[in-house]
Amino acid sequence: MQEKELIPQLYRTEFRKIAAVLCRSLGIEHISIAEDIVGDTFLLAAETWGLKGVPQNPAAWLYTVAKNKAKDLLKRNSIFSQKVSPELKDYGREGYETDIDLSVQNIRDSQLQMMFAICHPDLPAEAQIGLSLRILCGFSIDEIADAFLTNKETINKRLYRAKERLKQVKAKIELPPESEIAKRIENVLTTLYLLFNEGYYSSSTNTVLRQDLCLEAMRLTHMLTENKSTDEPSVNALLALMCFHASRFEARVDSKGELILYHEQDISLWNNELIKRGEYYMNRAATGYSLSKYHVEAAIAYWHTIVNNDTEKWEKILSLYNQLLMIEYSPIAALNRTYALSKVNGKEQAIAEAEKLNLGGNHLYHALLGELYSSVDNQRAIQHLEKALKLSRSVADKKVILNKIKKLRQ
Amino acid sequence: MGEIKLTPEGNMAVSKEWENWMGGIAAQNKLVSPGMRLGNEGRTVKPGNVVTNGPYAEIKEIIGGLSIFRAESIEEATEMAKSCPILNVGGNVEVRDIIQMNG
Repeated sequence: MQEKELIPQLYRTEFRKIAAVLCRSLGIEHISIAEDIVGDTFLLAAETWGLKGVPQNPAAWLYTVAKNKAKDLLKRNSIFSQKVSPELKDYGREGYETDIDLSVQNIRDSQLQMMFAICHPDLPAEAQIGLSLRILCGFSIDEIADAFLTNKETINKRLYRAKERLKQVKAKIELPPESEIAKRIENVLTTLYLLFNEGYYSSSTNTVLRQDLCLEAMRLTHMLTENKSTDEPSVNALLALMCFHASRFEARVDSKGELILYHEQDISLWNNELIKRGEYYMNRAATGYSLSKYHVEAAIAYWHTIVNNDTEKWEKILSLYNQLLMIEYSPIAALNRTYALSKVNGKEQAIAEAEKLNLGGNHLYHALLGELYSSVDNQRAIQHLEKALKLSRSVADKKVILNKIKKLRQ
Repeated sequence: MGEIKLTPEGNMAVSKEWENWMGGIAAQNKLVSPGMRLGNEGRTVKPGNVVTNGPYAEIKEIIGGLSIFRAESIEEATEMAKSCPILNVGGNVEVRDIIQMNG
């Protein structure tokens, strides 16, 4: 493979592995140094491989160089006396083992532990996602800026503050104790779901990047299922949910980057492999005693993979949205529930319930009423759609709404 | 009134009604707790550690369940209560506000 393509590819797969192990070895106070070491390693690769050719085992080369750089640092710096000596006292070890363990097992363990350190409840959500993308996913600052639709300076500041905060709260790079782990897993899942949604709902026109975000969120969630102490039903439910949503990725957006609504999608573009995987994880999630909101959302997503307009499907979806709202309220769930209600009990009742929702400032509320009033009272439908147009802030959404208004005016 | 007896189909239909009623309240973000449904068996404890079987034997009505909603006034809460499915099967709804205990 061309050296030019190889290094970016390796960056994507290996940066995060080495970074996780180094962060764990050097400690939470030295995340930046860990990042720098890995960065320098790749720089050296770019310089050397161009001149001397690509090594036999490129990944192993990277690991060796990174290891040596880290070991040098540990020997030279006061890191040794600050971090290591106290530990020597605690564990009574004879000599400090400056060995950086880049075995498959330790890489996996380190990444999982870093996930819990980074998805720390004391960090704002944006910071958690930013740092996850950097350390757990190996995204470059440019890529993260693109994902958040902002600039490098903003991201650099955000990451800096996030790392400082982690130092402040003395976040531990380890799996939380059994008494805390359920709650901490909840935190991690919230962040992973947000990360997934960044990709799924992003207004960025970079389709490849958006798909990457979804896939990364799925990969990280999957990592949790591979470890016994984090393989919870809610984790499997979230993974199922992500699979179902991701299965429609190709069908959701056309070649011009415009949104295609669910009932207008080309079903042949749905990814059946992902649907099957979603079903697999849903089965794994069907254990234990608690029903998480992810279970309910996954079930709803599952029903959306069934293509028909039968009352049974919509009754099930209505029932699921009722349950979801009873677990946790959200405006989106309230609106979707009302839509399902219209499919089961007709538009009149749905309109009556919609008007009790008190979501008049939300463009989706007006879009829903526009939909419900269509063929019932087209004048009011257009009024609501125009309100939705004004309130909406997404170019793609505006296009969809404009189309609807056009159709009603015909 | 006596016990409310329902057929299995009736049970399912009532369950759906309840879920829809609760869901509707929850969609307005006014559901504080779906609460619980209370069983018909039980015990009554009276002063002097006297325990008898069954709830409130002297009273003809029995509390079937308890839910907690959020409303701006007792009038609003009463409006919400008017669509409670228990009314379709011969029951009543008592609407009372929760007294916050401070400290």
